Amino acid sequence: MDVAVFPADHSESLASALMAAGIKAQRVTDLEGEFPGDASALVVELGNEPLRRLRMLEALSVESPVPVLAVVDPTQLTMVEGAVGITDFLMAPPDHAELRLRVRRLTHAAGTDEVHHFKDLELNVLTYQAALAGRPIDLTYMEYELLRFFIEHQARVWSREQLLSKVWGYEYYGGARTVDVHVRRLRAKLGEERASWITTVRSVGYRFG
Amino acid sequence: MNKQAEYVLRTVEERGIRFVRLWFTDVQGFLKSVSISPAELEVAFEEGMTFDGSAVDGYARVQEADMLAQPDPATFQILPWRPDQQVARMFCDIVLPDGAPFEGDPRGVLKRNLAKAADLGFTFYVAPELEFFYFADAGPEPQVLDRGGYFDLTPLDMAQEYRRKTINALELMGIPVEHSHHEVAPSQHEIIVRYTDALTMADNIMTFRLTVKEVAMEHGIYATFMPKPLEAHDGSGMHLHLSLFEGDRNAFYEPGSDNGLSKVGQQFVAGLLTHAAEITAVTNQWVNSYKRLVAGFDAPIWISWARNNQSALVRIPLAKKGKSQSVRVEYRSPDAAANPYLALSAVLGAGLAGIRNGYELPPEVSSNVHALTNAERQAAGISRLPETLAEALDRMEQSELMAETLGEHVFDWFLRNKRREWDRYQHHVSKFELDTYLPVL
Repeated sequence: MDVAVFPADHSESLASALMAAGIKAQRVTDLEGEFPGDASALVVELGNEPLRRLRMLEALSVESPVPVLAVVDPTQLTMVEGAVGITDFLMAPPDHAELRLRVRRLTHAAGTDEVHHFKDLELNVLTYQAALAGRPIDLTYMEYELLRFFIEHQARVWSREQLLSKVWGYEYYGGARTVDVHVRRLRAKLGEERASWITTVRSVGYRFG
Repeated sequence: MNKQAEYVLRTVEERGIRFVRLWFTDVQGFLKSVSISPAELEVAFEEGMTFDGSAVDGYARVQEADMLAQPDPATFQILPWRPDQQVARMFCDIVLPDGAPFEGDPRGVLKRNLAKAADLGFTFYVAPELEFFYFADAGPEPQVLDRGGYFDLTPLDMAQEYRRKTINALELMGIPVEHSHHEVAPSQHEIIVRYTDALTMADNIMTFRLTVKEVAMEHGIYATFMPKPLEAHDGSGMHLHLSLFEGDRNAFYEPGSDNGLSKVGQQFVAGLLTHAAEITAVTNQWVNSYKRLVAGFDAPIWISWARNNQSALVRIPLAKKGKSQSVRVEYRSPDAAANPYLALSAVLGAGLAGIRNGYELPPEVSSNVHALTNAERQAAGISRLPETLAEALDRMEQSELMAETLGEHVFDWFLRNKRREWDRYQHHVSKFELDTYLPVL
């Protein structure tokens, strides 16, 4: 679990709580600068310049790719109220167990694992549901599994044999044509405008996205 | 519980499904349905749903009535024409209380025949062309909606809106449509469904017939798959495009062969031709089916094959260069009122017999067979498909192949039931007789 932490010279109490929680912290020196790519949340200590940092977060909130957890003093609670750009907060000095729990909840809710997005398609792997522009689509189990595989392995070409063994498993005897049949059915259910998400790569196989 | 069943249970919960319809098919091809609530679904997966088999045509006698419908989770599908009251369906396999597959279940019959093909290394693929009529209502006289003809467009083709909605519903159910058009007869339509494996296709044909009828009903009209509703016009057929695959290789394809077919493909066609008369009772199972199989209405009646000849029973469509996957044979006699599970079993059984016994493919008949004289046809070895249901039943009754393909239970019941149908028809004094004979005799 990686998080980005701002400011770089944050307090000793936050640093030790992060360590105790088993969270790897990457220090961020400039909120407007490059953001660490593998961080799944941003922890910001309001510290001694709370209003300035809240303004920076507000500016960031439009583009922030990850949820933001603010570490606040009891005296700063009124400033946090109504603040834009904060997903959740935690009282300073932070308790490591609580820090761990909040970060986990944030990264979970953001759905890096359970909900996949591709353009206006949403695929929830916990509930097995897929939706296009918010409207559920009715998939059979194998159509769902194929779509999930595609969305989890975008932008590379898969041969029919690879798809058969990875999506259907070895116990299936339908033959490689099964893949073509299911791709066609998936395209039909995605509808005309989105059918091109799955491209046929001649004499190789299929690519999604 | 396997992952597929889990997927179904979860989807039912997430989507607020209120009823799940368990579908199965009787021997004549009528769709049967038992509705269960989501609460009963888990039990249905584990144990099956008990029902009285003696109440289903062709299933059981009273003393062996208890049967179980075992839903196939792979066929779970939410029905698109009931958006307000979420309803889903699953096709079922029918088993006996001891867990053995019930041999009168048409879906089971097809599964057994597909297993035989698999033993030879083949997967069987099918694409049907389904024809049907729209009439104003279900009344005793068919009222056509238009006077349109082949490929006609608005305003003659008033029904194109219904057809569009039907195609939409089919696609939502995972039945992709290749194309559709107005057919030759007034008010007649054709929808060509994209190929899939034969079991899925038989399920799809059942779903297709219901969907067409449902959409028509929503618009206050009536859709029918009756083979020949209008005396003066073409009837409704169900041409079947057939192919066998070995893995991802089309077993019918051989580059450079003169008719585009491999040895296996030629033997399959020879099997179809050799056994065509025996399987006709199943591919054309109604008294009315034989009113379609007459000269002059684009239906095949002579047992022959050709590459491009609309009078042939088996046609080998020209595959585009390099399209080895689309090499196939088209079997043109079946109608859409057949039981698809049994009809696909029958054509597969005939084709496989050709492969197993190494039948020779007779010469192609590229001339119009209807135009030949009887003597010419006899010289060329071209015989006719059965002319009536009674004749078809006679041919079927003598067929070892059909007894084996259908299994004893279905074979016996089918013959008994259809003999009764023919008998009832024989008692009927028709309008033709009254009009023709009453004034003069």
